[in-house]
Amino acid sequence: MNAINLLRQGVTCRNLIKDYGSGSAMVHALRGVNIDINPGELTLLVGPSGCGKTTLISILAATLDPTSGELSVLGMDLPHLTKFQKAAFRARNVGFVFQQFNLLPALTAAENVAVPLVINGSAKCPAVARAMEMLAAVGLADRCHSLPAQLSGGQQQRVAIARAMIHEPRLLVCDEPTSSIDAKTGQTIMELIRKEAVKPDRVAVIVTHDARVYDFGDRIITLEDGVVANDRRAPARATSSNAIVEPSAVLAPVSPLAIVAGRS
Amino acid sequence: MTWIALRMLTGDRSKYYAIIFGVTFACFLITEQSAIFCGVMQRTTSQIQDTHGADIWVMNPNARYIDDLKAISDDAVFRVRGVTGVSWALNLYRGQGQAQLSNGNYQGLILLGIDDATLVGAPTQMLVGKIGDLQRPDAILVDEAGYRQMWPGEPLRTGKVIEMNDRRAVVVGVYRASQTFMTQPVIYTRFSQATLFIPPARRMMPFVLVKCAPGNSTVEVARRIEADIGLKAQTRDEFSWMTMSYYLQHTGIPVNFGTTVILAFLVGCAVAGQTFYLFTVENLKQFGTLKAMGMNDQRVVAMILIQALVVAAIGYGFGVGLATLYGMFAQRAMPLLAFFLPWQVLAITAVAVLFISLLSSLLSIRRVLVLEPAAVFQG
Repeated sequence: MNAINLLRQGVTCRNLIKDYGSGSAMVHALRGVNIDINPGELTLLVGPSGCGKTTLISILAATLDPTSGELSVLGMDLPHLTKFQKAAFRARNVGFVFQQFNLLPALTAAENVAVPLVINGSAKCPAVARAMEMLAAVGLADRCHSLPAQLSGGQQQRVAIARAMIHEPRLLVCDEPTSSIDAKTGQTIMELIRKEAVKPDRVAVIVTHDARVYDFGDRIITLEDGVVANDRRAPARATSSNAIVEPSAVLAPVSPLAIVAGRS
Repeated sequence: MTWIALRMLTGDRSKYYAIIFGVTFACFLITEQSAIFCGVMQRTTSQIQDTHGADIWVMNPNARYIDDLKAISDDAVFRVRGVTGVSWALNLYRGQGQAQLSNGNYQGLILLGIDDATLVGAPTQMLVGKIGDLQRPDAILVDEAGYRQMWPGEPLRTGKVIEMNDRRAVVVGVYRASQTFMTQPVIYTRFSQATLFIPPARRMMPFVLVKCAPGNSTVEVARRIEADIGLKAQTRDEFSWMTMSYYLQHTGIPVNFGTTVILAFLVGCAVAGQTFYLFTVENLKQFGTLKAMGMNDQRVVAMILIQALVVAAIGYGFGVGLATLYGMFAQRAMPLLAFFLPWQVLAITAVAVLFISLLSSLLSIRRVLVLEPAAVFQG
């Protein structure tokens, strides 16, 4: 096993590089990202547009291959998996919450929530029954049979969260989950994500522009121009046991390379 | 997974109906044009089909189709009767005649002379008069379309008189015949009478009609006749196919209709392919979401194929149904319309529609397969 996999079953990136295009048109989206994300904490990926947030989350979710570097997610050496294995990895281990909700418009809320179970081989009826329980858990018991178009933005995002969590994934990735909804609903959504996603065996990563949700994160990683520019722990939620960043470093910018060097 | 594919397909009703319409339209065009082609081809054999009672047609070895009139010797009928397995054999005259109508006009026609004694081969659907009346002097039977051609606007009745070869011929009956390939009236009379209605020739008989004895294979008896007396002997089906083959090979009908059918196929491909492709492209975000959530390419392909097959099945049903209704109603309104829908046309249309649907889905599949799951994060 690669040494990197000896680390805890969270997310570990070493010198992660991602380039798009070639020659003079080449774009360096990630220029050597080094981070460790532990289970049991809610990590926010923030930064200006074009800094590489979406690219990084895409790579962590096994939907995109890095150009080079080492990457371990939940103990899996993702870059060396086949396309088929990556799909299976995502189906079993990853829950997605998208900015635009990405619900299937022809399916009811319950059916949408049931989709990950169906992808994992479950039959429709038991999957929908379980989906209705999940919808009840996110406060939408009475909207199980509504189509997405009949739901408000906040309700659709709650359906999306239920869908992301129904198969109990060990990695939750959220792409701007509050950007398409109002502030109050956004707060509700973040509380829901914290409640459902932050578990000891679960890694949760949220990409966001929305500074109002920073308070919900345990840790905030700032990307700039394809590298980690800042890595800090939110004071209210700081923990010491698993922290990659030492408590003394809370709120102080930390060099990712220094973090890695310190651990090894 | 199937239910997700079907719900995606039917979720947007307007797109769903557009795809169904495209496949239905293609299917209708292919079926309708093919059926008209078959109808035209079938008309080349209408007189073979309308000559009831005979199993085998015996003719000159060089005859190539029913209108290729090459006389055989008058004693051929006696020699055929001597072949094992033949129950009876009778003369059938068929030739081109010319009639002078009471208004002075001339009309070309097809003249059929059947056995004087038995009247075997006579038409069966009489509209006016009786077949037995053919035994009367100068008697002829005229087909309905021919009657209306010679006496337009007049009610069907007996007693009409024409002249053929300076001889008087009296209409004693009007029958319903299959539409012919040519537009000429088809006149039935007795064999002996027929020889008087056309200018004399040394040999006049082109066909001998044969009925097989019970327990004998029609094909075997035909081959035996050919072997024993050296004439061409064709079963009813063989003679029909031989006639159709001649028209297929020596006329522009297949090329002209083939062009139309191919055009219908291409239009169908374009309409169905474009609508299905656009449907998939507009659903790329949904497929991308499914791929991101872990659905592998094989299952995505299966979903698209299921959608294509469902569209093909529904479009086929509607298309064939519409073509059938068109055939039924159009033939009532336009009796001259040739429309024949054998099972082979239905099978060919099914294959064509399946091909159209699979082709259009393949274009869509390619688009979905190259879609990176990460694209779903980029809106």
